[in-house]
Amino acid sequence: MLRIAVLVKPVPDTASGGERLGPDLRLDRQAVPAVVNANDEYALEAALKLVEAHGGEVTLVSMAASAGAETLRKGLAMGAQRGVLVSDPTLAGSCTLSTVRVLAATLREVEFDLLLAGADTSDGGGGVVGPGVAALLGLPYLSYAAKIEPDPEARTVRVRRISPTGFDVIEAPLPALVVCTQALGEPRYPSLKGIMAARTKEVVTKSLADVGVSPDDAGGAVATTKVLDASKPAARAATRVVRDPAPAAAKQLVAFLAERKVV
Amino acid sequence: MAGAIWVHGEQAPDGSLARISTEVATAARALAKASGRDVEGVVIGAKPDAAAKELARFLPRVRSLTEPATAEHAAGTIVAQRLAALVERDKPDYILAGAGPEGRDLAGALSALLGWGVLVNATAVEWADGPVVEMSAFGGKLNTRSAFTGGHGIVTIRPNVVAAEPAAKPGKVGPATIDGELRLPKVRVVERVEEAGAAAPIEEARVIVAGGRGVGGPDGFRLVEELAAALGGAVGATRAAVDAGWINYSQQIGQTGKIVKPQLYLALGISGAIQHKVGMQTAETIVAVNRDPDAPIAEFADLVVIGDLFEVVPAVLAELRARPG
Ligand SMILES: Cc1cc2nc3c(=O)[nH]c(=O)nc-3n(C[C@H](O)[C@H](O)[C@H](O)COP(=O)(O)OP(=O)(O)OC[C@H]3O[C@@H](n4cnc5c(N)ncnc54)[C@H](O)[C@@H]3O)c2cc1C
Ligand SMILES: Nc1ncnc2c1ncn2[C@@H]1O[C@H](COP(=O)(O)O)[C@@H](O)[C@H]1O
Repeated sequence: MLRIAVLVKPVPDTASGGERLGPDLRLDRQAVPAVVNANDEYALEAALKLVEAHGGEVTLVSMAASAGAETLRKGLAMGAQRGVLVSDPTLAGSCTLSTVRVLAATLREVEFDLLLAGADTSDGGGGVVGPGVAALLGLPYLSYAAKIEPDPEARTVRVRRISPTGFDVIEAPLPALVVCTQALGEPRYPSLKGIMAARTKEVVTKSLADVGVSPDDAGGAVATTKVLDASKPAARAATRVVRDPAPAAAKQLVAFLAERKVV
Repeated sequence: MAGAIWVHGEQAPDGSLARISTEVATAARALAKASGRDVEGVVIGAKPDAAAKELARFLPRVRSLTEPATAEHAAGTIVAQRLAALVERDKPDYILAGAGPEGRDLAGALSALLGWGVLVNATAVEWADGPVVEMSAFGGKLNTRSAFTGGHGIVTIRPNVVAAEPAAKPGKVGPATIDGELRLPKVRVVERVEEAGAAAPIEEARVIVAGGRGVGGPDGFRLVEELAAALGGAVGATRAAVDAGWINYSQQIGQTGKIVKPQLYLALGISGAIQHKVGMQTAETIVAVNRDPDAPIAEFADLVVIGDLFEVVPAVLAELRARPG
């Protein structure tokens, strides 16, 4: 039996191409549809496969605006049993450190053997929330997993961690936090049955007070970082198109590389 | 006196200083100069001395802290705890690290342990009353500039955004010691596996030749490798090529792979889907070979050759061989 909690973040859909900031320099969440962060879907898929193999259940944990509940449904439709969403107006505009504190506090009330997070978020995340949460909860931290092998009897987990020259096999006692990558495998599509079942599954929404975090420790008002301004990057020069046959095209390509001083 | 700026000196698997740290150190030196603050490097590892010495080519003062536990265990949180303890004792105000896997692990844990803010994946850092950090948002559509609110913070800097430059004169290396138990649980390394033919890492490469579905198979990737070798670069790939099993995930560029910023990005048989584009569009020069003139990459490349890569690439290799010198 394995109880697995997965940290999932609703993010603007990269494929929509319409992401923008509002006048307050915060992400304009109305502008684009939200999806589950891709790396978190890999984590969820890994969790679902593990509970299929070992028995157990999967809980989604998220901090997001209240509309995040809809995004969590997608994870429930994939097969997670329940969701816990921390949503509070004071959290608007909060920084990464607030996210870490809120998620850690929330997880103190969730029972799990394994906690999974994604390698990073596509809306500007730097892969720092996972290690932060592990540090606050005092959990063993196993990052950049290409394979996760828990042993529920021995209460340990082995992870194949991607390294610059291959991989490391690392091992720690449970409960532990594992950071997941695409190398774990393609996420499933929710089945029709899964989508129907998700309608009756529970997403518990909690406020900052519910998870016992003081507004002095998390939220927009105490953010440790602030955006000063935003600007469009300089446009790239127009594309040079070469349509000549191979030998002539190759000459132009190499001449271009020489012009740019890369050969 | 205002608190110092510290640089985390990262070690490559062979114990030498990771190249990213030379770039981070160069950025930190510029901040120190602009702010009049001290700048110092810290290297924490089982055998930190060689890397510390290298780092001292870039910084006036470097301390090396010998922590044997990092040899047997995954290093991230061990290094973070030691660094957090040093920070609490010596009170620097800002810490700069690389934005690769080690730097991220470190920055995340350190932020939580110290209660400091963190600004990630910097593409530039300047000083205005504190570090002002430029970041690329929404896959390169926007550049934002951010600052810390509380007078201290942690910055992770992307590879290849700062040109490393040694200091005019080398700095001094000294030991650092810090007592105290390691409170966070250790993660044991059972074995380290070197994969035969592991490709050169792409994060720090100045030239990347990348292959996509159009390369057609593992044999086609020999051609990609050959061109990469001829240009002194590393081999990258799209997810389509990784999913097909033609190349390792470690070489994947894009939203769920790596974000790269080489001087030259040469795309072979790659359409330029948005999830790929977000990983490479800040490359200084983008060149593509694609037989489809309507492929999205033809819209944002600097130069695109419309043609069959199996004809164009051999011709490019011949042309490169024919060049003098
Ligand atoms: C959540 C999510 C995350 C993703 N993350 C990533 C990611 O991190 N990285 C990534 O790359 N993708 C990612 N993708 C996939 C992405 O959407 C594209 O499917 C992928 O990038 C396409 O790869 P490709 O360009 O190799 O293949 P295609 O799109 O199939 O393009 C092949 C190109 O090769 C050209 N071609 C074919 N034969 C030849 C020839 N002989 N000579 C010259 N040109 C030729 C064709 O004209 C075509 O333009 C992600 C997708 C999702 C949904
Ligand atoms: N608001 C959030 N709610 C739940 N999980 C999150 C949140 N932010 C980040 N995470 C988790 O932490 C991982 C790394 O995020 P980041 O540090 O933002 O790149 C993500 O892939 C998620 O698993």
